[in-house]
Amino acid sequence: MELLLDSLFNGVAIGSVLLVAALGLAIVFGLMGVINLAHGELMMLGAYTTYVTQLIFKLPILKPFYNSYIIVSIFLAFIVSGVVGILLEKTIIRKLYGSPLETLLATWGVSLILQQFVRSVPLAYGTGLVISLIIGLFLPTTFPSKIKESINFKYFKFSSWIFAALSGVLTGSVISSSVSKLSRASARNVDVTAPSWMRGQVEIIGTAFPKTRLMIIVITLISVVAITLFLNQSAWGMRIRAVTQNRQMSDCLGISTEKVDIITFGIGSGLAGVAGVAVSLLGSVGPNVGGNYIVGCFMVVVLGGVGNLLGTVLASFGIGIMTDLIGAGRLLSIWPDMPLPLSNTINFFATTSMARVMIFALIVIFLQFKPTGLFPQKGRMVEN
Amino acid sequence: MSLSKVKFDKKIVLSFWIILIALIIAAPTLLPVFRLNLLGRYLSLSIVALGVDLIWGYTGLLSLGQGIFFALGGYCAAMYLQITSSSEFPNNIPEFFALYGVEKLPFFWEPFRSPFFTFFAIWIIPALVSGLIGFLVFRNRIKGVYFSILTQASLLVFFNFFNGQQKLINGTNGLKTDVTQLFGQMVGSESMQRIFFWITAILVISAWFFAKWVVKGRFGNILIGIRDDEPRVRFTGYNPVIFKTIIFSIAGGLAGISGALYTVQSGIVSPQFMTVPFSIEMVIWVAVGGRGTLLGAILGAVFINYAKSLVSEALPASWMFIQGGLFILVVTALPEGVLGWIKGDGPRNLLQRFGFKRKIETYPSLEVNNKEGNNE
Repeated sequence: MELLLDSLFNGVAIGSVLLVAALGLAIVFGLMGVINLAHGELMMLGAYTTYVTQLIFKLPILKPFYNSYIIVSIFLAFIVSGVVGILLEKTIIRKLYGSPLETLLATWGVSLILQQFVRSVPLAYGTGLVISLIIGLFLPTTFPSKIKESINFKYFKFSSWIFAALSGVLTGSVISSSVSKLSRASARNVDVTAPSWMRGQVEIIGTAFPKTRLMIIVITLISVVAITLFLNQSAWGMRIRAVTQNRQMSDCLGISTEKVDIITFGIGSGLAGVAGVAVSLLGSVGPNVGGNYIVGCFMVVVLGGVGNLLGTVLASFGIGIMTDLIGAGRLLSIWPDMPLPLSNTINFFATTSMARVMIFALIVIFLQFKPTGLFPQKGRMVEN
Repeated sequence: MSLSKVKFDKKIVLSFWIILIALIIAAPTLLPVFRLNLLGRYLSLSIVALGVDLIWGYTGLLSLGQGIFFALGGYCAAMYLQITSSSEFPNNIPEFFALYGVEKLPFFWEPFRSPFFTFFAIWIIPALVSGLIGFLVFRNRIKGVYFSILTQASLLVFFNFFNGQQKLINGTNGLKTDVTQLFGQMVGSESMQRIFFWITAILVISAWFFAKWVVKGRFGNILIGIRDDEPRVRFTGYNPVIFKTIIFSIAGGLAGISGALYTVQSGIVSPQFMTVPFSIEMVIWVAVGGRGTLLGAILGAVFINYAKSLVSEALPASWMFIQGGLFILVVTALPEGVLGWIKGDGPRNLLQRFGFKRKIETYPSLEVNNKEGNNE
């Protein structure tokens, strides 16, 4: 019983990281049919945001609030990755609408650039750049409509970008002069240390669970609930669902598909940032951190099908629990005296990397019966 | 998508071939050993690029997992070399087995004692594996992005598998070939490398002709039909699954040959051949050279790799930026690739932008009239 509970918890912990990472990918894929290969790098940006926030909270002014930095960093990571995602959508993905394979390649290019960017630009100036992006993209939208409709709006836009650039440079230099760790570029991995209240373990029903894992489960739970509420209760959520179901019809009925695309892509990328916070709690953060999770996310999307969050949830927990069951050879400890060939096979697959092999094989077998995933989208088109 | 065909004079074609063959024969004396080796490696990579062009450029299947078949070919060749030159090691098996306490050659390596078997295994095994993976995926009408990410996942799975199996294939260390013997000569020696260069050059040309033959005629037309509108091909009575499986396994076989040639020239095969970036790079060679143009795939593979080695020697950090930019640029600005751009209306459009008049080929009289009209 205890063993089973342990296994279940481990599986849920692995699955919840997968879920929060795959959630954004699944929503974007459902809406635009686009797989964002830079999703892992958006996660990496989220993880680095956590690191930067942690260091900034060590400054004397913010020291009293140090324990809450992880909460702040969740929101910051959402904003940072979301803004980078919006920029990506506005500059590249929109141009490639209708050719998903080309988008795949272009986003791979973006991921390479982001990786190298983190390696060769000091994090302080990276932060400055992100801040100027946020201001530049959002300041014009806050102008009163009188200005927006005037002919001179482009000058306002231009001057707000100049303001954004200046404030970015300013923050960059302030951070780099006050936090020495951020002022130099380095390709080395960095570590995020959890605040004291998150260290240690909690005992539930006689079993000890690490608090960071619980925190990740909580983050995932909140993200899933928030996204479900947003999609099902808000006006924009309804529009997103409409465009996911039938893009042309929604367009005809007056939904601005362009705006829906931007919002969805922003939210999907923001969720990648949140996943990055979760990942930063699990291990050290480096330029390649996203790559370790991205293929798992793809598997979740393939297994779960598009257009239904429940599929994504079930698929990620399923993969998580299977990873733990196979990778730790748990079946052997549940049923110790099984026949020799069977136990040899289980031992052969009882490492994390071999568990992936097994799970992939299982997924391919599953796809032979349900090629469009757990919850396929119903439709009468020849395609899809 | 139609590209205007450029017709060349027979004499030009003949002299092109003569120059090409002369260059291939003379290359070992013209180039220093290091550069010759690099050129040989890049030429062998162009064979896998041809395969990518067949499945992506002609059939519209974007595989991000060609590294699997590339590495499989490499492993077949490397294992044969290791086994044949293991006579002085204990138990007559390659040296690395002793490190992990393996005393008997694993049964599936047994056939690799024979050179004939290896000769066929190098391309048949990757072709069979890719055919199997392809059939299982295509059978369910999984396509587009789904297909791409499934191939990427299978690439990662193979990487994990090969990386973890020390006892069978020396795991993450890979198999070295440069100190092994083939026909009584060191594989890594200069004379052997020269022969490998010539073999590679010949195989690139034959692979090119083979690919040309594949895309010519009805088979090629169906491939293009699948790329442009698969349901219509299906409704016309063809079964796209068979054609897709065949072309995917042809590409796998080409990747295997390419991997074997690359392995003997670089001196090692390791799971690094199955990393995700390397397999996506193969796509970008084709994309830059010009997808749907076979020559573009070859030129793209050679030139991009050459540029990569030059840039990496000079400015190591900047290659990632350049490569990333190349990915973005080629899909947004140059979707047909360089060769496709030249074959299409690219140069004429560019000239027109600088004020040169566009020639109208079909009706020369129109042009004359136009000129008169402008003169008045």
